[in-house]
Amino acid sequence: MGLSRRDFLKVSASGGLMLASNLSPLPALAREPVARLPEALGILYDATVCIGCKACMAACKEYNNLPTDRSTPGSLWDDPLDLSAKTVNIVKLYRNGAAQVKDREINGYSYIRRFCMHCVDPACVSACPVSALTKDPKTGVVKYNKDNCIGCRYCQVACPYNIPKFQWDQAFPQIVKCQLCEHRIAKGGYSACCEFCPNGASIFGNVQDLRKEARRRLSLKVGEVASYPMHRVDSNDMRERVVTPYQQKVYGEKDGGGAQVLILAGVPYQKLGLPPLGDESTASHSETLYHTLYKGMIVPYVVLGGLFYLIYKNTTGHELP
Amino acid sequence: MKEKDCQLSPALPSHIGMVSRRDFLKFCAVAAAGMGLPLGMGVKIAEAVAALKRPPVIWLSGQECTGCSETLLRSTHPTVEHLILDLISLDYHETLSTPSGNLAEEAKKKSMEENKGKFILVIDGSIPMKDNGIYCKIGGRTILEIVKETAPLAAAVVAIGSCASWGGIPSASPNPTGAVSAQEVLGDKIKVINIPGCPPNPYNFLSTVLYVLTFKKLPPLDDKGRPRFAYRRLIHENCERRPHFDAGRFALEYDDDGHRRGWCLYKLGCKGPVTYNNCPSLLFGDVGARSWPVGTGCPCFGCSEKGVGFTAAIPAQASLEHFTPSGASLETEGGKDRVGGRALRLTPPDTYPPIAPVEGHGPSAVAVGVVAGLAGAALGAAAVTAMKLDKKGSEPDEGAGKD
Repeated sequence: MGLSRRDFLKVSASGGLMLASNLSPLPALAREPVARLPEALGILYDATVCIGCKACMAACKEYNNLPTDRSTPGSLWDDPLDLSAKTVNIVKLYRNGAAQVKDREINGYSYIRRFCMHCVDPACVSACPVSALTKDPKTGVVKYNKDNCIGCRYCQVACPYNIPKFQWDQAFPQIVKCQLCEHRIAKGGYSACCEFCPNGASIFGNVQDLRKEARRRLSLKVGEVASYPMHRVDSNDMRERVVTPYQQKVYGEKDGGGAQVLILAGVPYQKLGLPPLGDESTASHSETLYHTLYKGMIVPYVVLGGLFYLIYKNTTGHELP
Repeated sequence: MKEKDCQLSPALPSHIGMVSRRDFLKFCAVAAAGMGLPLGMGVKIAEAVAALKRPPVIWLSGQECTGCSETLLRSTHPTVEHLILDLISLDYHETLSTPSGNLAEEAKKKSMEENKGKFILVIDGSIPMKDNGIYCKIGGRTILEIVKETAPLAAAVVAIGSCASWGGIPSASPNPTGAVSAQEVLGDKIKVINIPGCPPNPYNFLSTVLYVLTFKKLPPLDDKGRPRFAYRRLIHENCERRPHFDAGRFALEYDDDGHRRGWCLYKLGCKGPVTYNNCPSLLFGDVGARSWPVGTGCPCFGCSEKGVGFTAAIPAQASLEHFTPSGASLETEGGKDRVGGRALRLTPPDTYPPIAPVEGHGPSAVAVGVVAGLAGAALGAAAVTAMKLDKKGSEPDEGAGKD
């Protein structure tokens, strides 16, 4: 009893219909975008305020017990060239032409601080098969648990910002990334980078407050003197400075589904190495796809059943050699 | 060294006043070093000072606290008696002149007439302009009148202290007397050398005076009329606490742990990042290391910078806008007055990583050539071997066929 081409197509079509009837309409199946947590904590980094002093890098290493990263030959001090398993926070330099004026795209320069964005809907958490990376249900901090990690490095591939780093030189390697100084927050403190920033370029606080602050800065007139909070968004320690031009967008507010780290700059964000991401997170795309495929295990059963049927038909009635 | 000096300056007397020739030459060499001049210049300065018998100096005081005179009196090389008895002829100084009243005024008048175009005029203190300058009078005449009368006759006009340089304390808001600097009184025709500071370092003043006497011209000045040898660098760039700034270690309150450990005073309001002066390298009072405000744990308040000292609040943190990457030429932004009134030039280590991570650039042409050559040779050898194998392998077959 052979399976005709016609019969096979019928079975396939019915399977497809079952799938469609069960799952349609498809857009409603898309996973709901993850909402921001009301008590989420984050950082606002303003590149126009940053002076490139690297105090945040020094403080980060000190309070996270990270070793120095000597990347250039003959280096005498910590000089990482990029984020690595030894460096979870780095100040990079954009320069163009004569690099004369800060925060100008042409013939200008800008600093940009790169560290974990603590996404609202993190791709690394979604990709991690063993929940070694988790998002804190209260603070929204993306945390790493070394005891769960199996070293698959899916998180490295998944992250749109190329943040998680792997300890390639260790016998028992771990993933290393910024965890927003969670150990300091637990003791009532806050991120070392913000505490030690001398100019208020990085400020710590509730993400809702940080978004308001970022929006306020974008509404300021260029050239006027405005006060900027230091260290924390709710700080009474204010600093007056002359407002310089901003890109009229808060990076991280919506990008990649939103992030708890918000960035302001005077130079286009893409020039600073921040990727152009849509408003939806990559995690929502991938999860929509595989949640759809595996919903109720119907599609796998249909496909598997079809395959079994095919094999059965092809093997019965034949003599075994 | 001593012999060399003898050859170069036979005209120098063995003693100038109470000072030995050797000590005098030493002093001149130190002064030359202070101005960043070559060593031989010390001798030139010595000759200039000795040849002029004693260069006449007239010192006028406006609205001042005598702090600038005091700082000069506290210098130890030379000591004040060496300075005013041997090096210069201080013909008029309200505090130091032996005569007083009419006698002093006459001495000044006489000196001005005798040394017309040769004397150095030093002004300390600001000059009140409001109500025709009636708020500061000497011998019944306003300081405004006296300065305007004296300055055109002088070889050079030196404004010592922040008050004479740009008004200082008397000009602080609300400026009740309308106090202004010497340069503002004298206008554009007479260039005033500003030696700002509260008080300024006496050696900056002395070096400037000796420079004028030796080279008969003004030293190179910056845009605010300050000698560049002394006011070229930001305090922040030479500060002994700078490593703490770079490492993010700050004293947050007076007498806190960081303050006791000698960390950076920036957050306490130190104006080092906006103030041009040589305090960290020259120090004060000749007592050795740390003898300057920041060294003692007191933040710099920017006395030598117009618009900072006596203007910005003492605990206000200085602007740090312009850490320019090295190699960049500076351009001021829209003329907007910042703290300090100018764009800053600080020099951080130029080791910022670029935005895109540095990666290899692929194999070089030579490497490709070598590898391709080797691969070609290997291929050729393999082909030849294969052909030989084929021939060897076919022979037994042929034999088998015959059987």
